[in-house]
Amino acid sequence: MTYLETLPAWIALPVAFFLVLGATLTLLGTVGLARLHSFYDRLHAPTLGTSWGAAGILLASMILVSWTEGRAVLHELVIGIFLMITTPVTMMFLGRAALHRDRIEGTPGIPGAVARSDVPIGPVSPPEGEAAFADPADAPGED
Amino acid sequence: MSALVMSLALGYAQIALALAACLGGYRLLYGPRAQDRVLGLDTFYVTAMLLFVVTGIRVGSPFFFEAAMVIGVLGFVATVSLAKFLIRGEVIE
Repeated sequence: MTYLETLPAWIALPVAFFLVLGATLTLLGTVGLARLHSFYDRLHAPTLGTSWGAAGILLASMILVSWTEGRAVLHELVIGIFLMITTPVTMMFLGRAALHRDRIEGTPGIPGAVARSDVPIGPVSPPEGEAAFADPADAPGED
Repeated sequence: MSALVMSLALGYAQIALALAACLGGYRLLYGPRAQDRVLGLDTFYVTAMLLFVVTGIRVGSPFFFEAAMVIGVLGFVATVSLAKFLIRGEVIE
């Protein structure tokens, strides 16, 4: 708490604003996580914290450290960009995992699988008997 | 005056993030199904990372920032591997 007393007000006020904004949005996201009823609703709530919650706190840290060091310090952008890339991946993956488990258990109200052209629906039936492993060189016929 | 504003904002941010981590931990402990627990763990990771950043601002040390970066990477790997486990039943096949 020593170096914070030398801050001018035009630095302290935006930093405090972004800190309060980020912390409030993160808290609201986790309140949604605790209170919503279905898993697919709950999946949306914590992304409030990973988007503007994290952005506010990292922006506050960036402004403050840049003023303290006397140069532009952009290290927090690493965390921000990493979070921005990885959060949709994890949420998408977790949603697909939940959908897969719900389809296996037959939960009502879950949409069924859709046939896709690039993914075969079931296992393709294997070729029969020894013909699958025969060498094409000693096939009967043309000689 | 700026010290007062900053200490109020930092205290509020730390308390709010600690409460947020508690709510994520609630979903981690009492989530009705496995995917709820994984979602709670992911939220817990992100909130702890933000709490480390705020604590780093308060203390004025750059080491908390490095710890926050490590926590972010570990959280991503943990959540993806747990989701893979929920889909396939094993992580590496």
